[in-house]
Amino acid sequence: MQSQDRKIQPPQPNSETKAFWDAAAAGKLMIGKCTACGRVHYYPRAICPHCLSDKTELQQASGNGTIYTYSVMRRAPVPYAIAYVTLQEGVSMMTNIVDCDLDKIKIGQAVRLVFKPSDGGPPVPMFTPV
Amino acid sequence: MSIKGKAYIAGIYEHPTRKADDKSLAQLHAESAKGALEDAGLTRADVDGYFCAGDAPGLGPLSMADYLGLKLRHMDSTDSGGSSYIIHVGHAAEAIAAGKCSVALITLAGRPRSEGQATGTAQRAAGGNAPDVQFENPYGPATANMYAMCAMRHMHQYGTTSEQLAWIKVAASHHAQHNPHAMLRNVVTVKDVVNSPMIADPLHRLDCCVISDGGGAIIVASPEVARSLKRPKVKILGAAEAPKHQMAGHVDLTYSGAVWSGPAAFTEAGVKPADIKYASIYDSFTITVLMQIEDLGFCEKGQGGRFVSDGNLISGTGKLPFNTDGGGLCNNHPANRGGLTKVVEAVRQLRGEAHPAVQVKNCDLAIAHGTGGSLGTRHGAATVIMERE
Repeated sequence: MQSQDRKIQPPQPNSETKAFWDAAAAGKLMIGKCTACGRVHYYPRAICPHCLSDKTELQQASGNGTIYTYSVMRRAPVPYAIAYVTLQEGVSMMTNIVDCDLDKIKIGQAVRLVFKPSDGGPPVPMFTPV
Repeated sequence: MSIKGKAYIAGIYEHPTRKADDKSLAQLHAESAKGALEDAGLTRADVDGYFCAGDAPGLGPLSMADYLGLKLRHMDSTDSGGSSYIIHVGHAAEAIAAGKCSVALITLAGRPRSEGQATGTAQRAAGGNAPDVQFENPYGPATANMYAMCAMRHMHQYGTTSEQLAWIKVAASHHAQHNPHAMLRNVVTVKDVVNSPMIADPLHRLDCCVISDGGGAIIVASPEVARSLKRPKVKILGAAEAPKHQMAGHVDLTYSGAVWSGPAAFTEAGVKPADIKYASIYDSFTITVLMQIEDLGFCEKGQGGRFVSDGNLISGTGKLPFNTDGGGLCNNHPANRGGLTKVVEAVRQLRGEAHPAVQVKNCDLAIAHGTGGSLGTRHGAATVIMERE
């Protein structure tokens, strides 16, 4: 079953997340990086979830990853694949797998970043098989 | 301080309704409260502690204390979704042990069926200030596909199969046939489950719990109060709770918070999984049961599929009789929250008041365990271990 476009609920950025979504609008996926403990995290936060430091910043991700797990929602007006993708940088994020045959998605499959428009908000990061 | 032996479950009630078109939410809470008090042989005036979660109307304890006319000296509205009421039992025991109350009332009720909620497949509504919302809602997280992602990973990592998951539903249906209140009373086969429509790969329709209206209530009482009552005595031996989340992006969906709440509760109770005669295990989906059984230590991690197969969860034939009321998979899932009814059926078993066809012989030690929130994102695990005195 080939994936189709569906209406994407728009993210509602706030003061803490505006920079992430501004970067998304520029075609960049950012992850959280803490300069105090050196570790990365996702979703990005002002306060590091590893050490509670406020010395966090955004770091651009390569956009390469692998599928950690997924599920095709069949009981929906437009079936879609939800997934966790583990980025090359080591963190996993919830996402959709798009622009592919939904019946051929596999755990462990290599994927790359694409952006899809949301319904009136910034574009959202998704992934497609390499 | 341990709660071991410092509180008893004195009253239980499961509301018989499965579709409550003609009742209000507060009314269902109140009818459940009344039922549990009558079961215990107590009156409203005896209640000095009240516990409820996010399903209660208005400001929870305030609105319900007002509706019920309660005079309280302790209240708690801890909300971890469907497992809240298992946490409440532990918290009530703590409050009683600390002298903060002596008769605690816990209520649950909801009308998702009357309200036409597509509980499992509807995407989360927009809005809200939870920090995860903007990073998740665009991708269409519902309930079913979150648990489905756990199942998919479990299958990948451990070789678990759809047929093994189906055995969990088969066992629940064997029990539900004896429960006149159960929504689904037909015994099903593994084939029925795997041939039912796919909802979210790899979970089929019959891997999912029912959507029902209903409610329930529990009375937790001090040893002094419990001794004064005529009902069989169910002593609380141990209780524990633990949240599990995405760990800053280091996501691991192969286990649940039961890996923490289980051992803590077993240690407090001073018993082992092998000692348990009956288990109430939250069954929002078949995969929920399988993962929790592993994480509680009833079998090795990854061996849950083998453990639940071939009727091993069926009372009378299996090694670990579970959810003998039919559970969420067949009986009910009031308010989309199955934790309270897990405690209720465990107490029935310990009292010897389960349906004779599913009553476990010499049932003197039972566990009730639940997962609330979502196994695929963040959830609260809660465990309580109880003994017939």
